[in-house]
Amino acid sequence: MQSRFPNRVLPYVFLAPSLLIALTFFVVPSAQTLLLSFYRVSPLQDKRIFIGLDNIIRLLKDPEYLNSIAISFKFALLVVPIGLSISLGLAIVGSRRRKIFNVYRALLIWPYALSPASVGLIWALMMEPNFGLVTTLLKISNSINFNFRTNGTHALLLLSAACAWKMLGYNFIFFLAGLHSIPSVLREAASIDGANRWTQFWRITFPLLSPTIFFLIIMNTLYAFFEVFGLVDVTTGGGPGRATDLLIFRLYRDGFIGLDTGFASAQSMLLLIMVLILTFFQFRYVGNRVFYQ
Amino acid sequence: MRDLSSTSTYLRLVKVFKWIGQPAQVFGLMLSHLVMLTTILIIMCPLLYILLLSTQSPAQYYHFPPRLWPGLSFLTNVRHAWTQVNMGQLLLNSAIISIVVALGKIALSISSSFAFVYFDFRGKSLCFALMLITHMLPLPVRVIPTYILINELGWLNTYKALTIPLFTSTTGVLLFRQFFQTVPTDYLDAARIDGAGPLQFLRHILVPFSSTRISALFLIDFIYMWNEYLWPLIVANTPRTRVIQIGLKQLVATDAAVDWHFVMAGVLIATIPPLIVLICLQNNLVKGMSLSVEK
Repeated sequence: MQSRFPNRVLPYVFLAPSLLIALTFFVVPSAQTLLLSFYRVSPLQDKRIFIGLDNIIRLLKDPEYLNSIAISFKFALLVVPIGLSISLGLAIVGSRRRKIFNVYRALLIWPYALSPASVGLIWALMMEPNFGLVTTLLKISNSINFNFRTNGTHALLLLSAACAWKMLGYNFIFFLAGLHSIPSVLREAASIDGANRWTQFWRITFPLLSPTIFFLIIMNTLYAFFEVFGLVDVTTGGGPGRATDLLIFRLYRDGFIGLDTGFASAQSMLLLIMVLILTFFQFRYVGNRVFYQ
Repeated sequence: MRDLSSTSTYLRLVKVFKWIGQPAQVFGLMLSHLVMLTTILIIMCPLLYILLLSTQSPAQYYHFPPRLWPGLSFLTNVRHAWTQVNMGQLLLNSAIISIVVALGKIALSISSSFAFVYFDFRGKSLCFALMLITHMLPLPVRVIPTYILINELGWLNTYKALTIPLFTSTTGVLLFRQFFQTVPTDYLDAARIDGAGPLQFLRHILVPFSSTRISALFLIDFIYMWNEYLWPLIVANTPRTRVIQIGLKQLVATDAAVDWHFVMAGVLIATIPPLIVLICLQNNLVKGMSLSVEK
């Protein structure tokens, strides 16, 4: 018997809603973004002047935008490598015992349910300049005056701590799943051959875990660049000054507060290039073995 | 361990610990537990702190040194946060859009995966490529034209704007497509002998088989939509359609100093629904997401 249904119309019926939404709300608007980035649009959206690459050039000459790029990368560098190393370490420790590990897992995964806005508020409270727990501890132990409302570095540290803390549980789960798929025979064999734990980690665990690591690097980077708008909006609002004016926040300011549609579209195009590079790496090195939006 | 085995100290230690088991392993195990418990404490600390703060009054939390025992203002704080931003309406809005988006994403990804796996048709790979492309186009890269489109459709400040544009799910399509490919063809043959058509086969065989994946996807999509911030802020920021996340921003956005006790009561309320969903479905998450393990 065939393994397919012989129907010519039905598959299109099943696909129609998904295709319609993908085209209407994803593909066409993205193409329009590209078009809009070549225009200067009046704030009331009624006049458009073609200005070619002027938006992009203006963007790349704007010191504030270059600053936003630098801050976004600094933020991603604070969040991704540190967060991933900690959760990998935890997963290696946590994968040793099976029985208690369910309890540990449940106690570590829950920040995943928190929204960027809630996480932002929780950490803004922890680091509140007057009485926050972290602020008080820093004052007592190192007499540091931690104030994210006046100090740009402190504000960026606040955002990074919040983001890394939120992603910890998520990363931990994926690392555990990855570690469990490595056959223990390999490590046993290495141990018989005289490899110590350190060698075992770098020669066996790390290479076999690399698809998971790549996947998590990409997901965390995407998160750090695109999903943190709520986090910034409820805590620092891009400030103090422009110290936490991440790319996504800048896009919102120019597009929806400044109503500079063409200029904001040019920013979207730069972001698209970044996503394309990241997804290229994702398909190149991870394939679609692990996948999550 | 191996390096030490020649030394006499080590041999003596082995003798001492022989009745417990292997000393290195006992020590390692203790260390593992210690690391895990310390981390859990650090991870839990902010949660305990917001729980504590939501029970206190400003006089208590501005006090120095910090007072680390609960106050009696919990109900007052919750009531104030609730009425200040009309939280009943916001929670209802968030619940409606999160459930609708999660179910919509699941339904559409099941139906497209069904088409991809059980039918041959023209343009199959083109359609599949289109599904994958949506994954590369996150909201920020198309936000302005999408907003203009929603405006032209007359969908601004409606539930439609908050749900329909979000119905595609690359994750879902890949998850179900991969799963359907592993369902043995015997089931299809049996169903056909019994005279079942494609719709009956989908409804009575494939959907019940996919329940673990459906709950995993529901968990992910519900939490994703509940926590969404930028899109609801742009297209539905009115008292009637506002979602809970924007309500949290309203709790902070006062001219005077932030009322942390109200804000934390609000954060607690906003976090309970996704937390319940996570607790109920988390066992399906790892099972449903690890593509190779489950049959």
